[in-house]
Amino acid sequence: MSQLLRRYGTAPTVILVVLTAFWLLVLVLLPYLYLFENSFRPYLPIAEVGGPKDVYSFDNYLTFFKSPIHIQVFVWTIIYSSIVTMLCFVMAYPLAYYLAKVASNRAVPTLFLLLLIPLWVSEILRSFAWFIILSLKGPLNIFLIGAGIIDAPIRWISGFRSIIIGLVYTYVLFMLFPIYNSIQSLDTNQIEAAEDLGSPWWRTHWRVVLPHAKPGIASGSVMVFMLSAGSILVPTLLASTNSRWFTEIIQQWMFESQDWNTGSAYAFLLLLLCTVFVSAVMRIFRVSLSDIAK
Amino acid sequence: MSADVELESVSADFGSFRAVDRVSVSIKSGEFFSFLGPSGCGKTTILRMISGFVEPSEGVIRLGGKDMRGIQPNRRPTVLIFQNLALFPLMPVWENISFGLEVRGIDKRSRRAKAEELLELVDLPGAADKSISQLSGGQKQRVAIARALAVEPEVLLLDEPLSALDLKLRQHMRAELRAIQKRTNVTFIYITHDQGEALAMSDRVGIMSQGRLQQVAAPREIYNHPVNGLVASFVGENNTFPGEIVSISGSFAEFKTGLGTFRAALGPGVTKTTRCQLYARPEHARLVDTQPDGLNSIPVAVSDVTFEGNFINILVTDRDGRMHTVQVRNDGATVVPAPGAKLHMAFEPDRAIVLTDETTVTAGLRA
Repeated sequence: MSQLLRRYGTAPTVILVVLTAFWLLVLVLLPYLYLFENSFRPYLPIAEVGGPKDVYSFDNYLTFFKSPIHIQVFVWTIIYSSIVTMLCFVMAYPLAYYLAKVASNRAVPTLFLLLLIPLWVSEILRSFAWFIILSLKGPLNIFLIGAGIIDAPIRWISGFRSIIIGLVYTYVLFMLFPIYNSIQSLDTNQIEAAEDLGSPWWRTHWRVVLPHAKPGIASGSVMVFMLSAGSILVPTLLASTNSRWFTEIIQQWMFESQDWNTGSAYAFLLLLLCTVFVSAVMRIFRVSLSDIAK
Repeated sequence: MSADVELESVSADFGSFRAVDRVSVSIKSGEFFSFLGPSGCGKTTILRMISGFVEPSEGVIRLGGKDMRGIQPNRRPTVLIFQNLALFPLMPVWENISFGLEVRGIDKRSRRAKAEELLELVDLPGAADKSISQLSGGQKQRVAIARALAVEPEVLLLDEPLSALDLKLRQHMRAELRAIQKRTNVTFIYITHDQGEALAMSDRVGIMSQGRLQQVAAPREIYNHPVNGLVASFVGENNTFPGEIVSISGSFAEFKTGLGTFRAALGPGVTKTTRCQLYARPEHARLVDTQPDGLNSIPVAVSDVTFEGNFINILVTDRDGRMHTVQVRNDGATVVPAPGAKLHMAFEPDRAIVLTDETTVTAGLRA
């Protein structure tokens, strides 16, 4: 703070601090607090708000535990988010290793550009694009049939298939970059030393590269999982008749039932339960928060 | 088990740059062989070719008589100790050491036992469960050696592994490495830019320069009978005098310099027309008050004296302003001339040698 003052003078420092505080307090913290407070209050007609019935309770949270369908949707959301996370890892790890240790230094910037270009288009447009690509008579089926890989078109937009494809596509880079960073910091001599001692490639990865990349894998997985479980766009746009995502239920509470109180309670439950789930998984894989922060 | 290593006209090209140029040498089984050369002379590339990380552009490498072309590093009977050691920081010491055994599917009990045994060998008992970050530089060194020996390699390749250690430890580890080599009788191929290391440890040394092998010989031979000027100036200190040969009689030459004509031994491959220089080592020169008879001598002025402990270097300047060094042993009562003193620097004709500038004159290489 005193350093800021010395470097920029009083006026710029005040502006910087006030703007940061405004962003943190008004745009981040306040809405959360508002929703948090609301989540403990009952959904009442406007006339009764503030009246004798307007008291704090856990009723909104209990609604969730009393609705087997909502619990089921939540469980499916967790399961499919986990599948998305694993698919992202399976795709990102080899690519990250290639970029960090195999590709020539000159090629890497180009390869990164190719990876990032799709991000220049908004997520909504990309999801619509996938809707078209995956449709029954869409380009993917035409290509696969044309190439002789399949005989009859596959109904991609059915069950959770299209949602998984859409989420993996949207979030795979969140897995790639942390893994890339952690593998890049691995001394190449260690890989060579393992090989030199007779290790086949898979063991070198299992014993040397993977353990070193663990923090990166963990932070990538946490990001992809949380983003997937909290995603609303992809599950809505690429939904089939029999896929339901937990965020859709929150949206229904808020916008279809106009019940912001229960909606808020569900939103906080999602956050809380996902955090519990992630911490449990991290404990299983013996990763601590401080590892991720590295 | 140990194997002989044979390099037959081995070259390595990186693009248009030739890092190693037609190197041929036979390293005997159980030998401690060093490649000595300045950084960038291609010695690391030679090591990486023997271990299989770099394929030679030309030539053949044979280990125990077997052609190594196309054989991956993990299938060669060599182990490389990296310059930065490349220990696995996430594994405890014993897992590091037994990693090569783990790869070979050996059960955990035997692996652990072997690791303990090797820790004894490298004089580091009781360190099995320590983590790598707990070890000092010298201890890491020992773990790296143990890790390499665990897989019982026929050839152990060492890439300047001592360069990160402090002087005392380095000297201690030299003796240690030599002892381990004698005990295990594995062929050691050591590369270094530190001539002290190479001369002290090796059975034979190969001097490298600009991708070429210059001379292969026992350390004493290299130091006492360098084959060309490059070897002479790289190994040990030398006072050099540019000039030309006036006449040759037997194994001696009359060598004319700007400071007078000297008599000196004739180096290999030197004829009257060769571009050459005269070399005289500081420890073979001495300072005298008056011009001596039958010796080579030049008038000099003492410009500086540096005390090195067991010896003293006296820096002198000749008439042309060139610096030379005269080295005297410090026996505790050595009288050292004061800076500014006018004296004569003298050296015996058979202690001076005329060597060619041509690096094509080599010795000890495999035919």
